[in-house]
Formats: sequence, structure tokens, C-alpha cells
Amino acid sequence: MSASQSSAPLPEAMSVTLTINGETRQLDVLPWTVLLDLLRDHLGLTGTKKGCDHGQCGACTVIVDGRRINSCMAFAVMKDGARITTIEGLAQGGDLHPLQQAFIDHDAFQCGYCTPGQICSGVALIEEGRARTRDEIRELMSGNICRCGAYTNIVDAIEQVIGADGEAGR
Amino acid sequence: MNRFSYLRASSVDEAVREAAADPTVRFIAGGTNLIDLMKYNVERPERLIDITRLPLDRIAETDGGGLRIGALVTNDAAAYDPRIKDRYPLLSSAILAGASPQLRNAATTGGNLLQRTRCYYFYDPGTPCNKREPGTGCPAITGRNRIHAILGTSEHCIATHPSDMAVALAALEAMVHVAGPDGERAIPISDFHRLPGDRPEIDTNLRHGEIITAVELPPADFSRHYTYLKLRDRLSYAFALVSVAVALRMEGDAVAEARLALGGVAHKPWRDPEAEALLHGRPATRDRFIAVADHILKDAKGHEDNAFKIDLARRAIVRALSQAAAGTPQSQTDKRIK
Amino acid sequence: MQQANAYIGTPQNRVDGRAKVTGEAKYAAEFDAPDLAYGIVVSGAIAKGRIASIDPSEALAVPGVLQVFTHENRPRTAWFDHKFRDETAPPGSPFRPLYDDKVIYSGQPVALVVAESFELAAHAASLVRVAYETDAHMTDLDLRRSEAYVPPKKRSGVKAPPSPRGDAEGAFAQAPVKVHGEYRVAIEHHNPMEPHASTVVYGEDGSLTIHDKTQGAQNSQSYVSSVFGLSSGQVHVVSPFIGGAFGSGLRPQYQLFLAVMAALELKRSVRVVLTRDQMFTFGYRPLTIQTISLGANPDGTLVSIMHDAIQTTSPFEDYQEVVVNWANLLYHCDNVKLTYKLAQVDTYTPIDMRAPGAAIGVAAIETAMDELAYATGVDPIELRLRNYAEVDEADKKTFTSKELRACYQVGAERFGWAKRNPEPRSMREGRELVGWGMATGVWEAIMQKTAARAVLTRDGKLEVATATTDIGTGTYTILTQIAAETLGLPMAAVTARIGDSSLPKSPVQGGSWTAASSGSAVQKACQSVREQLFKHARQMDDSPLANASIEQVMFADGRIRLMSDPGASVTFAQAMQAGGVDRIEAEEKASPGMLTNMRYSGYSHSAIFAEVRVDEELGIIRVTRIVNAVAAGTILNPKTARSQIIGGVVFGIGMALEEESMLDHDLGRFMNHNLAEYHVPVNADIHHIEVIFVSEHEEKLNPLGIKGVGEIGVVGTAAAIGNAIFHATGKRVREYPITIDKLLG
Repeated sequence: MSASQSSAPLPEAMSVTLTINGETRQLDVLPWTVLLDLLRDHLGLTGTKKGCDHGQCGACTVIVDGRRINSCMAFAVMKDGARITTIEGLAQGGDLHPLQQAFIDHDAFQCGYCTPGQICSGVALIEEGRARTRDEIRELMSGNICRCGAYTNIVDAIEQVIGADGEAGR
Repeated sequence: MNRFSYLRASSVDEAVREAAADPTVRFIAGGTNLIDLMKYNVERPERLIDITRLPLDRIAETDGGGLRIGALVTNDAAAYDPRIKDRYPLLSSAILAGASPQLRNAATTGGNLLQRTRCYYFYDPGTPCNKREPGTGCPAITGRNRIHAILGTSEHCIATHPSDMAVALAALEAMVHVAGPDGERAIPISDFHRLPGDRPEIDTNLRHGEIITAVELPPADFSRHYTYLKLRDRLSYAFALVSVAVALRMEGDAVAEARLALGGVAHKPWRDPEAEALLHGRPATRDRFIAVADHILKDAKGHEDNAFKIDLARRAIVRALSQAAAGTPQSQTDKRIK
Repeated sequence: MQQANAYIGTPQNRVDGRAKVTGEAKYAAEFDAPDLAYGIVVSGAIAKGRIASIDPSEALAVPGVLQVFTHENRPRTAWFDHKFRDETAPPGSPFRPLYDDKVIYSGQPVALVVAESFELAAHAASLVRVAYETDAHMTDLDLRRSEAYVPPKKRSGVKAPPSPRGDAEGAFAQAPVKVHGEYRVAIEHHNPMEPHASTVVYGEDGSLTIHDKTQGAQNSQSYVSSVFGLSSGQVHVVSPFIGGAFGSGLRPQYQLFLAVMAALELKRSVRVVLTRDQMFTFGYRPLTIQTISLGANPDGTLVSIMHDAIQTTSPFEDYQEVVVNWANLLYHCDNVKLTYKLAQVDTYTPIDMRAPGAAIGVAAIETAMDELAYATGVDPIELRLRNYAEVDEADKKTFTSKELRACYQVGAERFGWAKRNPEPRSMREGRELVGWGMATGVWEAIMQKTAARAVLTRDGKLEVATATTDIGTGTYTILTQIAAETLGLPMAAVTARIGDSSLPKSPVQGGSWTAASSGSAVQKACQSVREQLFKHARQMDDSPLANASIEQVMFADGRIRLMSDPGASVTFAQAMQAGGVDRIEAEEKASPGMLTNMRYSGYSHSAIFAEVRVDEELGIIRVTRIVNAVAAGTILNPKTARSQIIGGVVFGIGMALEEESMLDHDLGRFMNHNLAEYHVPVNADIHHIEVIFVSEHEEKLNPLGIKGVGEIGVVGTAAAIGNAIFHATGKRVREYPITIDKLLG
């Protein structure tokens, strides 16, 4: 396998268009550049975390075209044309997203490393509108591991924001 | 991870044509397993064909009254589709028992069928593995095999297929539609995955260059008496130790038709028509369920860490049949087992 | 009198919260540098033997690959192994990465590939060809049991078991009630969410700024200086945020060595990040086989305690932790015999993991105590009260404070323990058996010598600084609270600087000692600033404080006020202006009191209550409720401390039900080396967890009465759950984690 590999001409970088946190960017990426590494290493958006690099922890969760995904399990070239929201894109001006503030108020993190993934996942969860009960929040937030064990506070934070949304909608 | 060339296919024909010419090619869609395996250097394709732009992302009615799920429909879209939730709730439930919301948003129907085993050794190129490198041996047989198979194993491989979705599809007797260099064909789900035998490196009966285009669900009425019961080492985001998909058609207290598939116990979703036949026309009683379980597991073989799965599978089958017969399917959110 | 800036003991949001929820907080692998090169570690495949050949040529042929470091071409480093010792190293010869061709454990780093990008390095790493000659290895503790030995050299800071007292064997033989069993807790890996990483920024003058994932910036600094023969001025370690560690960052891990080696050799900045799989290739919580014999009278009073532990260590270091000393610390007994032995297996050396020793030792002893409760028919809480240790019998000291009785009482009330029918299998809801169990937790209250600096500037801003880290514990926040309260400033006017080797000396963060140690040092430094400030204020022309002593004034809202006449005040700025200074700076050291330590024993305690629901037919266990009542002296910040306890409980739930690093003894390798198959709790596993801080007046250990809360939450949790499972099912499982197979088996 290796002989043919090292002799084969190297593929060239491909031009892709990504809208990241509202800013549309033309980027040259190699086919094997993973979205997570593009964000962290190439674009300096280190808020998105690498916890396992294999879709097993959720630390790299970002919102692509409105859906939360593990950015470690996506090649950047395949996301050509996508709209991507990372943790850096949630606050509007100086105002935190309500879930960011709720995470602070409920102490829904300790070391903070899983936090951007938890928050992006939570923001998408709220948008999806499928979680109403604590059981539902727990199950639908189970793709985000928190080794510090802040789960109960995370559920409190999300529940508060869902509740507030519900109030507003009435 | 190795380097590869990349092609974004714009039609199924193009994808098939390009793939047929190149033995080192892989199709990529959701990527949730292929990228994973590439990062471990388990898969080293020299060329990836991105099929995500192909028009295979629809769920459509079939003439016969079933549903045709495009290969690129995500697990999330399939699980929450009102038609699937209404007519094939077993499939919806099984999908929601698997992975995480993030993975279900990326993973596709076709890719789910093609995901590879979670065997520790297969994933670790620092160890031998007949599935990864044929002829090197299977250390799982004498090593750590908690998550391994108890049915249909061979002396070369005791890996399991990890999908939840496929277990439900097996019970629903889905057809897998594929397109390839020789045209289109449909493969019954029961013939789609293989047992390891002496060629454990081959997971499915898909031929090189063939692409899954859709999964077809035949018309059926299992929307009242069904369940997907998944048992695992934590309450979410874990692969099954044992899972059971049951679909029953009841007439009064008697079972008119029974379908039962097991996950986590074999190299493919495990069906046993003889065992199912034990239920046909019979009242749905616990003793009957035990007889079914015993029949399914009569040739089960455990190893040091996974022998408990035989007993666990027996209990799970009985419980799942009870749930389905009673019309009280297992919730994937409320972790109390009904 | 109500003080305006009374922050100590009040719930406060984390001061670093905003940085963490916006993604601005930078962790070790997130610092950029010009021309940064990326290193990927190649891990070895065999457990023991030698590298017969290693061929980097294919990797080197990839354009953009800068170097492949192996034992054959690695640059020269310190010759003597003692140069590789760090602040927390156990006795022995530390692992030296790429030192020679010897392979001493599976997963050992055998090469570092450095390239222009992460992707290139990862690709090239897959092209390094390694051939091995294997030797016979042994990783099975059961087969090494007969060769266990008492560690000849004690590990600093780890108490050896005390000498036997009385006649434990004789008393056990004659005891009317006996409990005897073997207990195990599986090997665990820390698995902080942030993988270990080091970014080494190479300065123009050859100096290094290192962003390391560590629990001690100064520990990493002195290790790098010692190993590479650099002066301390050439090495600056800056680690402001640590993505969890739980002990894995107590010692410099091999990515630090490799990144520094490559940076020095290539004369450019290098980052090395371990993969999640590689997080299973260094320290772990060791497998421990514990044998416990409890002899008791029919009323449950203990007449004999014997507790023996055999624990894995590596062939190159004698790791040690306190496993067997806890029973007699909790329970009065005249006949006590405790032994602690090690057995070598061919793995890396274990490393402290959250509540090292206690987490597993107390899990065993508190399971055995539950067995004794059933053997005697005495309620589990009553049994513990009947055996309550009023003094530390082994060390013959009194406790600085001990509100464990109140923990039992308050916890039991909150949990509703009185409604418990002790009969196993007596409680049921629907299909599920319900079980209620309890256990005790204990952890030593430790303080370490620590220095801190406080700088007050005329703009009313205060900066406090010490080298310690914040691994998620809330250190930034509690230091800010202490400083703000001591000087009478709003928290917003205070900045805490930590995680930097150039700051005043601090030990590694661990053992729950950071709040007591760095907190005391910060308090002292602030008090010193206060005194200087007060001096200036008194010397001011017409000072209203001219005749006051410092005891007669209070510092609040940036002013010094006479307590007897709060209207009479001087602002900090006025005082500084009068003194002709723009800044007031003080550096102070806080040390544990020698006399206190000679006379007293200091421990935190807890009572943990667990409710489980068990589907008996299927072996599925749900932990639906935990109440943990903790007595840990002064709770500086009930909000962050509560999170610490909850986190410890979640760790304990993992230990009780899920976590197990599985060794393949044929290969000598951990096999479930990823987060899909090494199961830590997920959100769905965690239900109601209630934390109660029991009021405990502590005045001997340190002026603020701090005991620390980092470990206590995990201690006892697994036993409480195991005991609840017994109550639910009547089945006693003595091996944690209690997985489906063990419950069905």
C-alpha cells in the first residue's frame, strides 16, 4: 500500500466556501483536512475542542446547517457551502447566548474543556425542540461527555433556557 | 491517516463508474465510521468518492405501500420522519437507541449498514486481527471478548456487527437496493451481511463498485406490537451487549406473525425463523417466549468475558417479546425497562 | 458586623466562566507560535522486549516531514535517571522516553514524527516501520501475587500502614461475628477530556515558553530544566487552563519530554498532543486485591480489623498510595493489622487518580462494613456510630475537627433513611427492585508550603499570584474571593494569576490541598498589603485613623473605616497617595503548622446515601438518587464546592458501575483504549445528586479552616452504590465495577 501511496501524485488543495459564524470564507483545503483541525489549527478557532478525535466524546460539537455534528468526523472539503456555527459565534456582540449565561449561573462546567461542545449541543437541542423533560434532556445530551461530572448542572442550565423559551412563546 | 484523492460525485452512475475502475476506492457519506477507521489507519483508501451530493436523501412511498429510504437519509431524519415513526416505529426506536444526536445527524442509512465491527483488536493496528489483516490471527478468542459474538462465530473471527438500525431492518425484512457496474439489484437484508467464516475481512455481500441507493421497507403492520430493547454497559451512547428487535402481529391473545432479530451477538443481525415459527398461531405466554429464546440460543457459544451474554440474551428475548406482545415498547429516553 | 466584601463562604460564579463558555480560555494545545511544527507519537506494540529495527525512511520521504526522532537519533539528554525525577515521583527510576531500544510496556512511545502540519505528521507516523524482538511479559496481578513485597523505600507524603496493635488474628478467631472477603476495584484511567499536550514555543534566544497540560507548572519547569540541562531562566511554563487531569497531570508526561526535545533540536516551536488512545499509555489507578477480615461482637462493635492490599506497580518504580489505613481511622478497634504490598507487572507506573488509595480502600472497607451490618442485624448507620473513632488511634492524635456524626444524621434525614426496610429485596417499584445503601467517606486535609504575591495599585486593582493551577477546581475563583474579602475590594477589582512557573512557589495541584495552601498564602500576602496600606493611612495628614490599631478598622469597598465610626474613613487611593506609592506589593509564604501536625489529625468526612433501581432479570442498574453530606471545614464557595462534590460522585458512579481498563494479558496491552469502550458516565447515567455541606468549625489546620473538597466526593460513593445494590437484590458483589455480568452471575 505504501509504495503506490508515496509515488502517487499528491492531490492538490481544493477551494471550498464555508460560512463560519456568519462570515463567508473561501478556503483552500486538502482533502484529508478534518473540519475540527481546520477550525483549530488553520483558522485559530480553538474554542472547538478535540477530546477523542473519534466521535466518542462530543467535545468537538459544532452546528452545521442547523444540525449539531462531531466536527472530528467530517472532512472539510465535504462541507463546501455549509454554514457553521462554533462556540465563538454564539455570543452576539458582547452579549452571551442565554445558554452560555445559564452555564455560568448553574456552574455547568469545571475544567471547561467539554463546555463549548456541551453548549453547541445544547443550543442545537433547544432548536430541535424535542426535549421537554429532564429525561429527554439527559438522553439527548448524552453525546457530550463531561469527565468533571457537571451533568446535573448542565441539565439545570438547559432546562432553564427551555423553560424561558416556553414562557416567551406563550 | 493516509492521504487520498477526492472526487465529489454528481451522479450515481459517475460514482459507480469511478469506483469500478479503482480497487482502492471507498465511498464516503456521513463519514462517522470511515473517518474514524482512517484515523486509526485501519482503513487506508487511496481515493474517496464523496456521494453526499447524490439525490439519495428522500424518503418516498413505494407502490406496494411501503417506504423507500434513500441511502443518504441521515439516521436523525429517518428516526424522526413522521411516516417512519407512525408505520415503522421499531426502526425509529432502534435508530434512536444508537450513537448520539451528533452522530445520528451525520450518519446515513447506507453508511449505518456498512459500519464495521467495534472489536478492540480490529481497531488496534498494534495487534493481530484476521478481519483487518487476514491470516494474522484472532487474539479476541483468547483475549478480551466482552463485546464479542456468541452466535455464528468462526475460529477466525468472533466480531459483532454494531448497528442498531440494521437489527430493526432485519426484523422488518427490508430490501437493500444497490447500483453497481452490472446494474441495479436488491438484496434482502438477511443476505446483506455475512458471517465471518474463513473470510472475516468481508463484512457484506456488496460487490466492489456497488453503492447502496436505498433501503426499502415492505408494507407491514407492526406499529402496535413491537419493541427495541438494547442492553449495554451504560445507559446511553454505548454499543449493545445484546439488543432485541421484535415485531409482532397479534390476533387476539395469539401471535399471528413474529419477527425477532438480535444485535450485539453476531457478525450480522441474527434472525432465526424456526424459533419465530414457534410463536405463530400460539398464545403469547412467557413459557413460549422462553422456548423461543432457548431455540435461538441453542448453539450459542461464549468465551471467557462474554459467556454471560448467552444468559443475558435469553432474558432480553423473553422481556422484549413480553413488551411487544403487551404493546408497551421500550422507551429510549425513560431508562426504566418495561 | 456585616462586611461589604464578605465573599468567603458565599456562592459565587466562576471568575473564569466567561472565558470558558465563549471558547476564549486557551488550553495547552491551543497556543500558537510562528512556524509551529507538529509532533505525533508512534506507540509501541509489544509489552516487553527490544526494538530490533526502526525504519523512518518512508516517513522522512514525505515532503514537509522535518524529523523522525527515535532512540537511535535522539539528542543527548541527562544521563542519570534521577534527573528525570519530578516533584511527585515515587521511588525508582523514572521512564525515559526514547532512551534506548528496550521496550518495557505496551504503548511505550518509540518515535516522534515532526512535520509542518498535524495532518502530515499523522500521515508520516503511519509510515514508520518498527520490528520487535519480544521477551516474556507479565501483566496479570493474580499471577504475581506470590511475589508481592513491602516497598523498601517509602514514597514521600504517603503514610505506610501503622504497626499492628493488639492481636488482630487472635481476636478475629474468637470473634462471635466475622466478615471476611476479597475486594477489587478495576484498573481505571483518568481520561480528562483534554488529552495531554505540550506546545513549546522556541524563543529567538533559545529560551522555551511551554504550554503544558500539567497540575504543576513549576514541576514541569524543573523537570525540563533537569532533563535537558537548561537553567530555570531558560524555561517558562505557562498553563492558565487545564482541561481536567484528576491526577494524570501530577507528573510530567512523555509528550512534554518529546516536544521539548524536538524544539531544542529543530530550533523551532513544536506541539505534541497525545491521541485519546495514547491517554492509556501512561499512569493509571492500579489494580488492587484487598483482603478484609472484620471481627465483631454481636452488637456490632469491632474487635478486630485486618486489611491487606496487594497493588500493581511497574518494574521501574514503586508507586504507593494509602489503601489500608482508613478503617481504623474511621472505626475504633484495639486489634488492628494492616499490610500493603506491591507486585510488579509490565505496565507503566500507576499514578495518583482522584482520592488515590482512599477511593479503592474505602470502597472495600465500607462494603465490608455493610456486610457486618447484615451479619449483626445492626443498622448500617448505627453500626458506624457504635464504632465511631473519637481519636486517630493509629497516630494517637485528636482530630482538628470531625463532624462525621452530623454528616450521618443530616444525610440520613435528607435521604429519608428512617423509612428504609433493612431487609434485602424488600423494596420494589414496578419491575424494579429498589435499594438504599450508605457509606462513609474520608480524606486527609493536607496543606503544603506555598508562596503568593499580592499587588495593589493606586487604581484600586489588586492582583494576587501563585504558581498553582486550576484544573477545573475553581482555584481562580476562590483565590479571588479570599483576596477581595481580605482587602475589602469587590471581586471585580481582583485578578488571580496562576498556572505560571514564574509566579511564587507552589506545589503541584493535588490531594485537595490547593485551597488550603494557596488560599492561605494569598490571604497572608493580602494581609501584608493591608498592613502596609494601613500604615500609610495612619500617617496621612489629619488621618481619621491616626490613633487606631489595625484591629479597630475594617477594609471594605476600597476604604479603611473605623469600626467605631464608619463615617471616618480613608480610601486606599488616599492612603497610597499619602505614602507616596503607586503600588503596594507583598509576597508571603504559608506553611502547615508543625505543632498542629504533631498534635492533631486533620480529615474531611462524608456520609453518602445512594438509591438504586435494579432490573434484576436484565442486570440493569440505575442510580436514581445520591445524597452526600460532607464535613470539610470552611466551604469557601458553596457553588463551586458543590460542583466538586457532584463531580466526585459522578466519578464514584463510574467506579461503581462502569469504569474498567481491560488488559489482554497475552498481549500485555490495555484493549479498550478509547472513550467508546472505556465507559465513563454519560448524562443519561446521572440523576439526582444532592450535596449538603455540614457545618464544621475548623481552626487548627489553617486560619481559614479549609480542608479541601477535590477528593472527598468520590470516596465512599462506590460502596454506597454497591451496598444499595445488595439491599435491592440480596446479591453482594465485591468487585467493582458492578457490571451486568457480575449481577447476573
